[in-house]
Amino acid sequence: MHRRGVGAGAIAKKKLAEMSKQLETFKTHLEEFASKHKQEIRKNSQFRVQFQEMCATIGVDPLASGKGFWSEMLGVGDFYYELGVQIIEVCLALKHRNGGLITLDELHQRVLKGRGKFAQDVSQDDLVRAIKKLKAMGNGFGMIPVGGSYLVQSVPAELNMDHTVVLQLAEKKGYVTVMEIKDSLKWERERACHVLDHLLKEGLAWLDSQADGEPQYWLPALFSELSSRDVTPEEANQMTP
Amino acid sequence: MDRFVWSNGLLEMNETLVIQQRGAKLDVGVVLLSTHRLIWRDQKNHECCIAIPLSQIIFFEEQAAGIGKSAKIVIHLHPASANKEPGPYQHSKYSYIKLSFKEHGQIEFYRRLTEEMTQKRWENTPASQPIPTATGSQAGRTRAVGIVGIERKIEEKRKETDKNISEAFEDLSKLMIKAKEMVELSRSIASKIKDKQGDITEDETIRFKSYLLSMGIANPVTRETHGSGTHYHMQLAKQLGDMLQAPLEERGGMMALTEVYCLVNRARGMELLSPEDLVNACKMFETLKLPLRLRVFDSGVMVVQLQSHSEEEMIASALDNVSEKGSLTAEEFAKLLGLSVLLAKERLLLAEKMGHLCRDDSVEGLRFYPNLF
Repeated sequence: MHRRGVGAGAIAKKKLAEMSKQLETFKTHLEEFASKHKQEIRKNSQFRVQFQEMCATIGVDPLASGKGFWSEMLGVGDFYYELGVQIIEVCLALKHRNGGLITLDELHQRVLKGRGKFAQDVSQDDLVRAIKKLKAMGNGFGMIPVGGSYLVQSVPAELNMDHTVVLQLAEKKGYVTVMEIKDSLKWERERACHVLDHLLKEGLAWLDSQADGEPQYWLPALFSELSSRDVTPEEANQMTP
Repeated sequence: MDRFVWSNGLLEMNETLVIQQRGAKLDVGVVLLSTHRLIWRDQKNHECCIAIPLSQIIFFEEQAAGIGKSAKIVIHLHPASANKEPGPYQHSKYSYIKLSFKEHGQIEFYRRLTEEMTQKRWENTPASQPIPTATGSQAGRTRAVGIVGIERKIEEKRKETDKNISEAFEDLSKLMIKAKEMVELSRSIASKIKDKQGDITEDETIRFKSYLLSMGIANPVTRETHGSGTHYHMQLAKQLGDMLQAPLEERGGMMALTEVYCLVNRARGMELLSPEDLVNACKMFETLKLPLRLRVFDSGVMVVQLQSHSEEEMIASALDNVSEKGSLTAEEFAKLLGLSVLLAKERLLLAEKMGHLCRDDSVEGLRFYPNLF
């Protein structure tokens, strides 16, 4: 027993030393790669996607730490961490209007605008990866598939399958009614109302009780630029019933 | 540019908006791509709107941005058909247009345009207003001449790009093979450590963790790094301890972790922290006996709070405020204390959990009252 113990410990120490050496070699290879292709990663979003996917396949997360080799030598880290900051700021600025839910398209537009003319362009894939990293900090960052794209959630509001399905239903017109939910999803009135109430309470939906026919539940996150104007926080407070 | 037609800018039946991008210049405007047309609307004068049917596009290419120049997409077009409706110009010697993306967005726009041109959805569902398409043998002949030169140019450019990309990919693949070897080595070390933990010193474990950190490999030994992170995280934790004192005081002793992330990274400017770096550093506050704590609320919200602001104090002050006003919502409480709404809500929830407050939950909002039960 004792002998086995010593053996295992010694092997581990030896391997640790080996790893240290291999790490140095790897660092050199990475430096060489960076000197030739660093620009490619910065400028070519397709290459970035390939790079990320290959890393994932072998079990490496190049964005785990700013102190990692990948980040330090290829500069991928700063690109995504800065994007993370910009995403948080956009979501925070619009929370009073959309309750903490925003389409990936709108987020993309706003982030681009904030970055300014001289910054590197970013693709939606870049945004998605940055958002995945933000999840580590709690605060409910998540993505909900809706209408071929995604809604990005930035508040810890609990949204289960029922809520998600109603959001997806509302995607086409930006609003939904109790009747529509009953017809499309074959739910009972109570279930539909329960879900809609929750969305209202979380500030994700606004109620238009003066609409023709049935009251309409609108989702500000789904308003497109074609049919809305910006609302200030004061106006938003006046609008909630 | 004689291919354009005046348009009212409204989508026809069966036409769907695919993507729109501001700041795209013919002059300054918004370019919209629908399943049937490319539409450009003047940003200042919304009435001014012109469109080109997608069927008129022969092909298009990207032009990378340069110093002082925005990225562009150049779109080559068929000659205008004879029965085209009126547009801004009757004749033009050019057979292409350039969209200049002053506010970026060209990557997505190019991708969507490629999709639409491949799918050709306008052929399946004709829009209700007849859109002129390029037809006729006359058009066909002039088309052939223009295209040959263009196609040759693309081919050359593609070969050149392909060469660069394929070299980069080759190098990348070789690099990944080496990285994979490192991953496998780290796994075998981790299993040895797990078996005989006593024979590896604390120092060696920390060394191992820093190797993993450098490579971006998840720690296979312990999922938590609580209590013994790497030296890097310890260093970071001390820096944060200094840096966050004042901001925390200003904000009532508590800040959401995402707020801290933005604050710290904005201050750094470069060599930014990853979200995980921040979390791992904060987890070390207690071990290093720093006056800050990382705290996770039931909702999953993570905050950094000053140790001096004890729980009892916070709850007591929440109760005082609510009693004074009779009742408070999270928004009102936030305004009162100068906190973010998110954190104000967490404090009220905490006080409720401890039995000092109770709630009135309606569609008008969540309101808290002193608990008199």
